[in-house]
Amino acid sequence: MKFLFPIAQRIFYAIALLIAVLVLNFSMLHLAPGDIADTIAQASGGADAEVIEQIRKDYGLDQPFYIQLLKYIGNVLAFDLGHSFFYNQPVTDLILEKLPATLLLVITAQILALIVGVLLGVFSARNPNGLASYVVTFLALFGYAAPVFWTGILLLIAFSLKIPLFPVAGMIDVTVEGGFFARAADIALHLVLPVITLASIFLALYSRLCRASMLEVLGSDYVRTAKAKGLAEREVVFKHALKNALSPVVTLAGLQFSAVVSGAVLVETVFSWPGLGTLALQSIIARDTPTILGILFFSAFVVIVGNLLTDLVLRLIDPRVGSKA
Amino acid sequence: MTVPLLKVENLRIELATRDGVAPVIDDLSLELGVGETLSFVGESGCGKSMTALAIMGLLPEKVGRIASGHIWFNGEDLTKADDARLRQIRGNEISMIFQEPMTSLNPVYTIGEQISEVLRRHKGLSQRQAHAKAIELLDAVRIPNPQARVDDYPHQMSGGQRQRVMIAIALACEPKILIADEPTTALDVTVQAQIFDLLRDLGQQTGTATILITHDMGAVAEMAERMIVMYAGRKAEEGPVDQVIDSPRHPYTKGLISCVPHLLDTLTDERPELTEIGGIVPSLRDFGKNECLFASRCTIADEKCRANRPPEAEFDNQQRSACWHAGQV
Repeated sequence: MKFLFPIAQRIFYAIALLIAVLVLNFSMLHLAPGDIADTIAQASGGADAEVIEQIRKDYGLDQPFYIQLLKYIGNVLAFDLGHSFFYNQPVTDLILEKLPATLLLVITAQILALIVGVLLGVFSARNPNGLASYVVTFLALFGYAAPVFWTGILLLIAFSLKIPLFPVAGMIDVTVEGGFFARAADIALHLVLPVITLASIFLALYSRLCRASMLEVLGSDYVRTAKAKGLAEREVVFKHALKNALSPVVTLAGLQFSAVVSGAVLVETVFSWPGLGTLALQSIIARDTPTILGILFFSAFVVIVGNLLTDLVLRLIDPRVGSKA
Repeated sequence: MTVPLLKVENLRIELATRDGVAPVIDDLSLELGVGETLSFVGESGCGKSMTALAIMGLLPEKVGRIASGHIWFNGEDLTKADDARLRQIRGNEISMIFQEPMTSLNPVYTIGEQISEVLRRHKGLSQRQAHAKAIELLDAVRIPNPQARVDDYPHQMSGGQRQRVMIAIALACEPKILIADEPTTALDVTVQAQIFDLLRDLGQQTGTATILITHDMGAVAEMAERMIVMYAGRKAEEGPVDQVIDSPRHPYTKGLISCVPHLLDTLTDERPELTEIGGIVPSLRDFGKNECLFASRCTIADEKCRANRPPEAEFDNQQRSACWHAGQV
């Protein structure tokens, strides 16, 4: 109970936040010039004002702003994100179809960045003048400085064109036949470059933070106590020091989750990854408001869930979090 | 005389500082017998803790090192022992409790885990056995309701309780030597007395020899049989506690004792409310010099004291004093 109450409170705030995000997104998109009617008219080689007005009427775009907004919120609360003008299918279906690809990319990249970042941080903190330290410094500089799409394109040139190790684009090779494992291996192969690209930024952040945090913890009194107990080096570092050093890294990873999701949009575009990012780009170009809103809503949802999970993990790592003492 | 449990011979510890290498411990020798309590006294920075860390093999990496000398433990030279051997000894045969109970326990593990860990490591106990033993140990260090407290985290305990847990960890494997580095400095006065009682009782029960590092003269008088007074990395005086306190043979010891406030004494000109030793401790840069490092603060110092480091003068009653004028003090 003591543990659950704050979680319930968190969930309540999360729902309130989601509705606020909804209102804000809807209002901002409404302010932007152009709508689906323009796109349709453009696609059919131009149309007169009357036709455009008729299209607006068909899609309910002639209604006053607040009615459109209230209608939309009502629909979302009933788990209906509306109908895509451009793809001519329910937005929810559209998103759920693309979501797994994005989640696969985002979660793999986040896990890779965390594991490699933490390990690099630990080893460079153990030996501040060693090889790992230089790797961390280099990665940090590179990760901060290089734009994601540029990293992605460079990797494509290097490992798909010059040295053809990995496929150039997409997620699945339709010519691959076989059972589940053959398909999984195929997807994994397609996943390598996008994941490395997306992870590179966050790897830099996590390894630097973990290094700083480990350096501090390794000088602490309780690490000295652990050494005085005669524990092996491995236990002192990974059991006693690392668990304490992880808290700030987990916090940052939680905060960065939104950045990972938005970074995915760029990476998906570079690698033609059939995920939400690609969908978002296409629907923005098509001014397909319901789809854009749906994707924004889902992104907000994913980020909020990510933050909730972060909070839970922090509580598991450090018993002092959320306790009154 | 039998072989002592611990024998430190001509120990020299060098610390790398910005100004070069400084001998923070210079030519220190001492002996500790089985079950004996020896006290280290001296002001901050005189090398008490450094000596303790050297015995534990825990000198700060790349900063401090044993330059020469030997630390014999049960006939084995710890300065030559490798890391694996030192880890077998640490926490098992020689253990240590530190000055800061508030930060010396790991905040993310239960105290039960932190006690059982050392039992599993050194005594090969199973998870369950170690847990049961941890409860016994909490009871032994007089923590009420140990069954329930064993699963508490450090932040749920007070400073005194945390120091009791540290003592439980240190004594878990019934070590031959316990080094207590200012175990009560960070605690309430009322709690201090309890901790000293506990240390003395448990030390007697387990036959553990204790090295008590402190600047609390009262604690020394109550706890220890022998004392070593350190000054600027060198031994100033050594001897049985009663004799050293009654008739110090080194001007520094004399000064230290006169600094202890006496609440009930009548104040005189010779004995004002609070006394102090004038002057300041020499800087690390001067530690290696061939002179008496106390000379600049000493009332009876002369040319000889400033020209040569005094050897240890030995008296009939086992008192030793590193002073050219030890006989006149």
